[in-house]
Amino acid sequence: MGQTFAQKILARKAGLEEVEPGQIVTVQPDKLLTHDNTAAIAKIFREIGVERVARPEINVIVLDHVVPAATEGHATNHQQIRRFVEEQGITHFYDVGEGICHQVLPEKGHALPGYLIVGSDSHTPTHGAFGAFAAGIGRTEAASVMATGEIWLMVPHSFRVVVKGGLPKGVYSKDIVLYIIGDLGADGADYRSVEFAGPVVEEMSIASRMVLCNMAAEMGAKAGVVEPDEKTRSWLTGRTSADFQEVFADPDATYERVIEYDVTELDPQVARPHTVDNMVPITEVAGIRIDQAFIGTCTNGRLEDFRVAARILRGRRIAPNTRLLILPASREVLLAALADGIIADLVTAGAVVLNPGCGPCLGAHQGVMAPGEVTLSTANRNFKGRMGCKEAEIYLASPAAVAASALTGEIADPREFL
Amino acid sequence: MSKEFVFRGRAWVVGDDIDTDMIYHGSYLPLTDPKEMAKHALEYVPGMEDFVERVQPGDILVTGKNFGCGSSREHAVITLQYNDVAAVIAESFSRIFYRNAVNLGFPILEVPDITEEVETGDELEIDANTGRIRNVTKGIEVRGTSLSGLEKEIMTAGGLFGYLKAELQAEE
Repeated sequence: MGQTFAQKILARKAGLEEVEPGQIVTVQPDKLLTHDNTAAIAKIFREIGVERVARPEINVIVLDHVVPAATEGHATNHQQIRRFVEEQGITHFYDVGEGICHQVLPEKGHALPGYLIVGSDSHTPTHGAFGAFAAGIGRTEAASVMATGEIWLMVPHSFRVVVKGGLPKGVYSKDIVLYIIGDLGADGADYRSVEFAGPVVEEMSIASRMVLCNMAAEMGAKAGVVEPDEKTRSWLTGRTSADFQEVFADPDATYERVIEYDVTELDPQVARPHTVDNMVPITEVAGIRIDQAFIGTCTNGRLEDFRVAARILRGRRIAPNTRLLILPASREVLLAALADGIIADLVTAGAVVLNPGCGPCLGAHQGVMAPGEVTLSTANRNFKGRMGCKEAEIYLASPAAVAASALTGEIADPREFL
Repeated sequence: MSKEFVFRGRAWVVGDDIDTDMIYHGSYLPLTDPKEMAKHALEYVPGMEDFVERVQPGDILVTGKNFGCGSSREHAVITLQYNDVAAVIAESFSRIFYRNAVNLGFPILEVPDITEEVETGDELEIDANTGRIRNVTKGIEVRGTSLSGLEKEIMTAGGLFGYLKAELQAEE
């Protein structure tokens, strides 16, 4: 009988012919991703009583959450991580300034088709955009992977999400995935592996596919995946010399659900506070005043995102009393946006450019909000208090919608500016 | 915490989609002492702002769907454990919270529609081995998921840490 992507990859990693949803397998991940929480994980690792990391070559550590350090506490945390990296001979370490882990891993050739990736960050499913099976895990189990090189995983049931139709002007992969989350609910794909497929997904850039897989976490999914194709191979060219084996779902695989969406008539979407599935077409919230507009994060901090923002903002000036924050997902993205003149356009229009990292997304520094303020953001979460203030409101949308709204100082339909 | 996974305690009932920022807000992530973490449990859940002052050891949290959605932070489990919450019964859990609970040896049960069967203050008896839950106050009994397989082995060892320690000792 046909097997899904999740079944095939987990069976292969477990050394089994076939696995069934619900089965628990013990597997050796190809990569273990950790970030600023590495010091806390290292502490648990030491308490387990193992001297050396079992497979240091699988460790990829990226400092991204609060970079550069905002307080002495954050600085000490980074220092402890650098010492651990040195002590354990971990070679894949990316210090302050390299970018967000979910952008740096693929750029440095650590997220490859057929890989099994686990990470102590809930947006680890992003790497599914490269045909990897990538799932978030907790700190104790990250420490356990360091100690043993293995992890237990339950084989998930799978959804196949097929996206068809023609993508209208001003509508992007962010709008598609927000719409899907609104439709399925914040727990709609809980514990599931979600395979994104169909002509619209095939047409998408790698960056746009990363948006889908990143946001799969917000429908509760264990993993999101887009199967690799020529675009994937071409994107990865020159980034790795590692061997990898592409994995594809069988055409006769059994899915718990197959869901089709036709996006031909789709409007730009907005998630209202305080849950990601609180979805409406942008036309229903247009006119709501915003204090801050934020373009960046592991969801929408890539070149194509800033390119569309610059297209809207070039030669114009953002609204008075509105702040626009720009946060490139990595040094590579920042350099490309500089070379393209995009950064100059955005800064001239009134934007503040932040260094690559997670920035204000998790409310620790750089653009924390005040009570009563409203932010329109390209991030993946709008939970109460997410950006550092529980009396503030966060709306989520595409980079084009955020750029248009920065211009007007209120939530604005990007189609009027393109 | 009872190794037998049998508990009796008062219920606290909350709704759907309680996310990890509501259970344990991101601004407290730098805290490392579990006793300090415990002071912020459920602080962002509407109506539960004074939970840590009113919770009694052995109390049981009863929640709607998708409990613990959001971040991978283990603090969300630890903050409940260090308030001596005996267990969480949810209509469903988000997967990382579920994994973290198992790996930290914190009892969790899934029971459909449990928030319709229980009110805050009800006395509950839980047997996580069988998934049986008795609402003593209302005199009703419902059944949820029971612990089994590797998950039960990990839980019985008090979590992944204890499980690994035992495994490593067995190898020596």
